[in-house]
Amino acid sequence: MDPIIILQAGVATGTVLLFATIGEILAERSGILNLGVEGMMLIGAMTAFSVTIATGNPWLGLLCAMLAAGLLSQIHAFITITLQADQVVSGLALTFVGTGISLVLGEGLSKAGTVSLLPNFSIPLLSQIPFLGPILFTKQSVLVYIGYLFTPLTWYYINHTRPGLNLRSVGEYPSAADSLGINVFRLRYFYVFVGGMLAGLAGATISLAVAPGWFSELTTAGQGWIAVGLVIFAQWDPVRAMFGSYAFGALRRLILDIQGPTVLLGFDNPFYYNPYWGFFLQMLPYAFTVIVLVIGSREAIRKRLGAPAALGNPYIRGERGK
Amino acid sequence: MTQTTLSTPDTPLAVEMRGIVKKFPGVLANDHVDFELKRGEIHALLGENGAGKSTLMNVLAGLYRQEAGTIRVKGSPVEFHSPRDAIKTGIGMVHQHFMLVPSQTVTENVLLGLDDPRFFMRLPQYDEKVASVGERFGLKVDPRAKIWQLSVGEQQRVELLKMLYRGADVLIMDEPTAVLAPQEIEGLFDILRSMVAQGKSVIFISHKLQEVTAIADRVSVLRRGVSTASGVPSRGVARQELARLMVGREVIFILDKKPAVPGDVVLDVGSIHADNDKGLPALRGLSLNVRSGEIVGVAGVAGNGQTELSQVITGLRRCKKGEVRLGGDLVSNRNALFGIEHGMAYVPEDRNHVGSAPNLSVTDNVIMKNYRKPPVSSRTGLLDMNAAAKIATDLKQAYDIIAPNVSTPVRLLSGGNLQKVILAREISGLPSFMVAVQPTRGLDVGAIEGVHRLLLTQREAGAAVLLISEELEELLSLSDRIYVIYEGMIMGEVRVGGGESDEALIEAIGLMMTGTPIEQIRKEGVGAHG
Repeated sequence: MDPIIILQAGVATGTVLLFATIGEILAERSGILNLGVEGMMLIGAMTAFSVTIATGNPWLGLLCAMLAAGLLSQIHAFITITLQADQVVSGLALTFVGTGISLVLGEGLSKAGTVSLLPNFSIPLLSQIPFLGPILFTKQSVLVYIGYLFTPLTWYYINHTRPGLNLRSVGEYPSAADSLGINVFRLRYFYVFVGGMLAGLAGATISLAVAPGWFSELTTAGQGWIAVGLVIFAQWDPVRAMFGSYAFGALRRLILDIQGPTVLLGFDNPFYYNPYWGFFLQMLPYAFTVIVLVIGSREAIRKRLGAPAALGNPYIRGERGK
Repeated sequence: MTQTTLSTPDTPLAVEMRGIVKKFPGVLANDHVDFELKRGEIHALLGENGAGKSTLMNVLAGLYRQEAGTIRVKGSPVEFHSPRDAIKTGIGMVHQHFMLVPSQTVTENVLLGLDDPRFFMRLPQYDEKVASVGERFGLKVDPRAKIWQLSVGEQQRVELLKMLYRGADVLIMDEPTAVLAPQEIEGLFDILRSMVAQGKSVIFISHKLQEVTAIADRVSVLRRGVSTASGVPSRGVARQELARLMVGREVIFILDKKPAVPGDVVLDVGSIHADNDKGLPALRGLSLNVRSGEIVGVAGVAGNGQTELSQVITGLRRCKKGEVRLGGDLVSNRNALFGIEHGMAYVPEDRNHVGSAPNLSVTDNVIMKNYRKPPVSSRTGLLDMNAAAKIATDLKQAYDIIAPNVSTPVRLLSGGNLQKVILAREISGLPSFMVAVQPTRGLDVGAIEGVHRLLLTQREAGAAVLLISEELEELLSLSDRIYVIYEGMIMGEVRVGGGESDEALIEAIGLMMTGTPIEQIRKEGVGAHG
């Protein structure tokens, strides 16, 4: 129950959520809701692990994970952008497809042994900062450090660059963007692909760094859904997504650690003596996700939270000047 | 046609379109249309809805490709594959529905789709550039403001700014006044004049005659895809003549209106208070009454409580204080059905979503109010759809509704025909009272006339009609009395046809619309003494 350790682990597990959430933010900012994050993460985790076992190169595993999940996302892109089908239905289907494929191809992978992981290291000087140093800059995976850089870069990209402006326009008012020569379809395909790659990266972050190994669907254990909820919670903003991800990461660790000691704050620890209390705690992040998704499904509330205006709507090029 | 006289080498035409043909499935939208735009002029393109005005201009703006015909810009032939090509040669179009991203700033909207800046959006620097372009043409708008914060008039200026920033010389405005409040229209006209003074040319698409004569230098008229007048100077041509070219028959501007025979008070609105959707006060102690056999107008700038007033009367909005009585019965704070059963008819502002169910057929839409009663409601408790279809067929005939058949979904009908469906439904219930909100908005001249006639028929049949409209001309030609609404209150009432000239009435109404109570107008001796 050391707060430093909880927070340190929180940042590490939170990095998984961070990549998945920011990937989903990019897709949603372009107007495409992709509920297949969980499936894409599983594909990513499985691909990363198996490629690394086969080749011994975790970086290659990471790259393949991103490509595999990106490829999977293009099914959703084709169905929702070209065929203009319902994004919720297609996204749910994508989760099933991704989960199914990864379970079949990952069969036996959990007994395949251990793999060489992505490197962990401390950052000199920065790790000496009191309190923050041990949490953020000591013995973290290289992916955690990438996550630190990734968030502000994405934020800047969305808000202060021309491609970011195009991304926002396509998600807010696609016909306006189209009238000025921006290719709505191509951009949406692209950002769904990027979202898929980042979900794959999130999966690889689990199997190659944070909780190495392949434990079939328990590898991700619903974190893809938490990421979808976090997007709403973060109001489609990468910086808020970062804080949300780390908070959830820390919460996951806290829930595990709180069941350890026999005495808590001078009382008998109920979470130690009664396992049902522990289950209750473990449920909380998912309960939160369900609540956020239910609230976020109401259009009026979504609008107030600042959801991209065209989110969920296929873009149909106007006929007869409409 | 060989009209080469205008294109002397000194003054090449800004735009020259020859023999433009554009077909849509089943429609010949443009049939060998010629169009010429001189540099530095405001050229109105007049025509009814569906006459092919927008199609012709969409061809010019690169949205559509013509099947035949040529376009020359500043003398040289051009071919457009996209709006981008058109804007490169200096042609920009401002659509009726603004193409602006609400969550982004003015500058971001202006820069969207351009190459400069290439990657990093250094906005402050571009804010200045945008502001300076705006200043040149009198387009006052804050470049840092988000679009959603702006009024409709300001948004229109942003659209113009977008085109001017791209270096457009020819600006096509598609029915630019349709969305504007009366005082914003004057502002737009000033901007257009300042643009042509600086060498730009403007094409002004409209179906409103008075605007065309007010702003345009020359007029071209389209009727059913064919050009019926090309580049006629707008001064010196009678409005009746233009209307005839537009609709192909004389439109009677002075409706033959029989003198009013007002009877008892039918609708009595007693100092009602109500909130708008945002929970802010929209009606503040508003009172009015309507007698049988008269049309009473409500004039006012949009957004002063007109919508809320119609909703309180029809039972669609709660009123917090006061009461509405219909023939003595309290109808406020009940529900819509109560009003319907007490002889209320309602022609709502939004014909597409409130007035009709777009995906349902003409039949379904016309029986919506009387399906509870025989003959549509049969003894078995089921709907007798044969009876319903017969009613619909009869109404289609009687009201001259143009639709393939009565099972056509009403979303496929034109605005004028949809309005006829709604009026047919409302009038066939033989109402004692009707409230009509903006009943002719967006309709073409022929359809407007039809709606006006139907309202007058109601009056002659002894119904009480409350007409809420922003078209002063419409109010003056139809109403027997006009109330003026301002910030949820009645500023005063004038009587039409009581010896006062139209000018005096308009002046008084205009003053009340901007918040001067009638008592003050009388005291100061300006305008009408209604």
